[in-house]
Amino acid sequence: MISLNINGRDHAVKAPDDMPLLWVLRDLLGLNGTKFGCGIAQCGACTVHVDGRPVRSCMLPAANVGSRKVTTIEAIGQTESGRRIQQAWLDLEVVQCGYCQSGQIMSAAALIERNPAPDDTEIDAAMAGNICRCATYARIRAAIKSVSRK
Amino acid sequence: MSGPLTISRRELVVGGLVVAFAGRARARSEGTDATGTSALGGFVRISPHGRISLVMPSVEMGQGIYTAEAALLAEELDVRLDQIEAIAAPPDASLYAQPLFKAQMTGGSTSIRGFWTPLREAGAAARSMLVAAASRTWGVHPDECATKDGMILHASTGRVLGYGDVVELAATLPMSEHPKLKSPGDFKIIGMSQRRIDTPAKVNGSAVYGIDVTVDGMKTAAVVISPVDGGKVKSVDETDARKILGVIDVLHIDDAVAVVGEHYWAARAGVEALNVDWDLGPNAKLSTTSIRAEVAKAADEGAPLNALERGDVEASLKRAVKRLTAEYELPFLAHATMEPINTTVHVRPDGCDIWVGTQTPVVAQKHAARITGLPVEKVALHNHLIGGGFGRRLQADTIEQAVRFAKQVSYPLKIIWTREQDIRHDRFRPCYLDRLEAGLDLQGRPLAWTHRTTSGTVRRYFDEGGWPEGKLDKDAVEGAWDCPYAFPAIRVDWIRHDPPVKLNWWRGVGPTHNVFVVESFLDELAHAAGQDPIAYRRALLADNPRAMAVLNKAADAIDWNRPSKPRSGRGVSLHQNFGTYAAAVVEVAVAPSGEISLEKIVAVVDCGIQINPDTIRAQIEGGVLFGLSAALFNRITFSDGRIEQGNFNDYRQLRINETPPIEVHLVESNESPGGLGEVGTVSAAPALGNAIFAATGVRVRRLPIDRSLLSKRGNA
Repeated sequence: MISLNINGRDHAVKAPDDMPLLWVLRDLLGLNGTKFGCGIAQCGACTVHVDGRPVRSCMLPAANVGSRKVTTIEAIGQTESGRRIQQAWLDLEVVQCGYCQSGQIMSAAALIERNPAPDDTEIDAAMAGNICRCATYARIRAAIKSVSRK
Repeated sequence: MSGPLTISRRELVVGGLVVAFAGRARARSEGTDATGTSALGGFVRISPHGRISLVMPSVEMGQGIYTAEAALLAEELDVRLDQIEAIAAPPDASLYAQPLFKAQMTGGSTSIRGFWTPLREAGAAARSMLVAAASRTWGVHPDECATKDGMILHASTGRVLGYGDVVELAATLPMSEHPKLKSPGDFKIIGMSQRRIDTPAKVNGSAVYGIDVTVDGMKTAAVVISPVDGGKVKSVDETDARKILGVIDVLHIDDAVAVVGEHYWAARAGVEALNVDWDLGPNAKLSTTSIRAEVAKAADEGAPLNALERGDVEASLKRAVKRLTAEYELPFLAHATMEPINTTVHVRPDGCDIWVGTQTPVVAQKHAARITGLPVEKVALHNHLIGGGFGRRLQADTIEQAVRFAKQVSYPLKIIWTREQDIRHDRFRPCYLDRLEAGLDLQGRPLAWTHRTTSGTVRRYFDEGGWPEGKLDKDAVEGAWDCPYAFPAIRVDWIRHDPPVKLNWWRGVGPTHNVFVVESFLDELAHAAGQDPIAYRRALLADNPRAMAVLNKAADAIDWNRPSKPRSGRGVSLHQNFGTYAAAVVEVAVAPSGEISLEKIVAVVDCGIQINPDTIRAQIEGGVLFGLSAALFNRITFSDGRIEQGNFNDYRQLRINETPPIEVHLVESNESPGGLGEVGTVSAAPALGNAIFAATGVRVRRLPIDRSLLSKRGNA
């Protein structure tokens, strides 16, 4: 059994040691907001927070999470940074197909949490690991800037 | 999803096309909906509690069509967009066929062009039935009633009824065949930027894409597919796979093996443990070198099919004081949608359910019926949000595969492809070889223009029965024969050469290829004539005011004549496709190493009447970058029959740190609404190539752009 704390709740799951957190979330816990995109940490669609840091869950074995706290898109709105980022995404109509946006929002919320007023370079650096095939990048940048605290 | 319904039996004839209003759906309904929801035509469903569902004939894959189609219905139905829910249409071409295709599919930037009138009429017809029901209830004339936000109002007495209060009666009333439509001045929704109705669920993780479908008793499978297209399974050693904890089944079809697991990871581990021996089939030696050689041979020797011949091309070329020729080449491309291919299927003796996101639900349903032996009406397809389409989900090959596996088991089966499979077993955008010639007069003006494309046809893989030899596929020449310019003499033709590679449409379809070629070669002509590329284009647009207007606006917006820094430059493109006019300018800086930096993008669009201006901007922003991404980075290549690319590391995509500022300007117009999903993508590559020429003097005639040609050494 693997013990996990996800979105503030403790779970015990029966999973192989090498099973990535992504598939534990999706297939064992029914948290489908975190997306499978590439499986090799190239696209960022599977981004979750582990102790507040953005992590690609497709390559992180659930067994390695330990006692660290996992936050997913389903609960990020309960944090101040997450709520503000989600609202900015709505206000600027960032989303197109939306498949990558859980990961984009998780990366953006983590950025805003540790750097409340990122400049363009800092936004690019924090978000470059998240691919959007609809290429909503200009609005992602604008949305992050809109919540930036000058 | 959609339940059985109370139906009104009416059909409405719109512009010669039959837009059936739910008449045939009654045959499939098995009684009264438990909630009493009534259908007012095929697109409007209202419950007695006033819950309003609008049926979306087109699938939402990011382009904002749910919001736009809902806007057309809601405008005439007199409801607000925050009062409705959008539901995916079931497969039923009699109700939901795209009028331009006469088939139920979403693609080719056709949705708004096709449904602009039918959906407004469907909304207006439903509204008039509701008004008629209320006026009967009150015993007043319908003309005394007004509607607003889902309510019917009788002004003189102050009485109010909700749509839900009268819908049961309304559904029994005749449907007007010619409902009166609002005049554009009265629009409250159309033309105003609206919040997208699909966005809230997409920012909190609750949106359900095909890959997120969960069904009771469902098992998940991973697959291994013949590494070479056309190969077959010879033998499978499944001993080790079956030992893996959580593996339930191993299933075979002729060209793939699936391992079923309690969850995806068990299934994947099972696939890794399989030992499959393949008969690789006839394509085992296929290579990009051999494909290119065959295309070039066909271009030399093939029989051209003429698409356009105007003026005396040969005489004009002879008269020319200067003649230019050029050869352009474009690669195969994969779609690489963010959501990897997936399908969930439950086959039972008495029926089949499919949960998937598809651009072509009727075709998928038909394939499933054929494979299972069930009647078509026993195959239910539940269409879902798509995590990026770009054309990939216009073909149902992946759904066929899933049904072939699922019919071997009793439980619902979800199949998920890996990213590598999604790319390697894609059906690709064709490769193209284009040869052009032009003759210029003393002033540098074009006297004659010839454009010959050699390529395969996507239609072969799309039309039932393939595509006949000797028949022009207009997709191959779209954007070439109908370019914006008035050439005194022009010939456009196509040589068909089908490579042994399965093909599919890709965002921008024919124009993405042809506009790159046309706009690049026209730029060559301008430079050969020693003229400014925008001034040169203007001289050919005297009779094309909409094209002229977007071009001029783009030149102004980018400040075209502003001097450029060394190894920096601006390039322009102009096109008129999908009923829309678009000009774009891309500004680049090219490093001495040849690395390209995108500096700025301006796009100007005249798409006629605008439905949701903010979404129009979004489609252009994303569409241009989508096209730039491919031009900068992407090609699919073959070696020993295998595709050499597989994931975002070697089929890389533009990222945010490579994205420049983008400005989109919309030109006001009262013309019929044009398409938008593909417009920006079409604009991208030629503007980029022309900018690179302006920056370096190197003409980009092959995609993706070879940086080594742009390095200072290579360029010396």
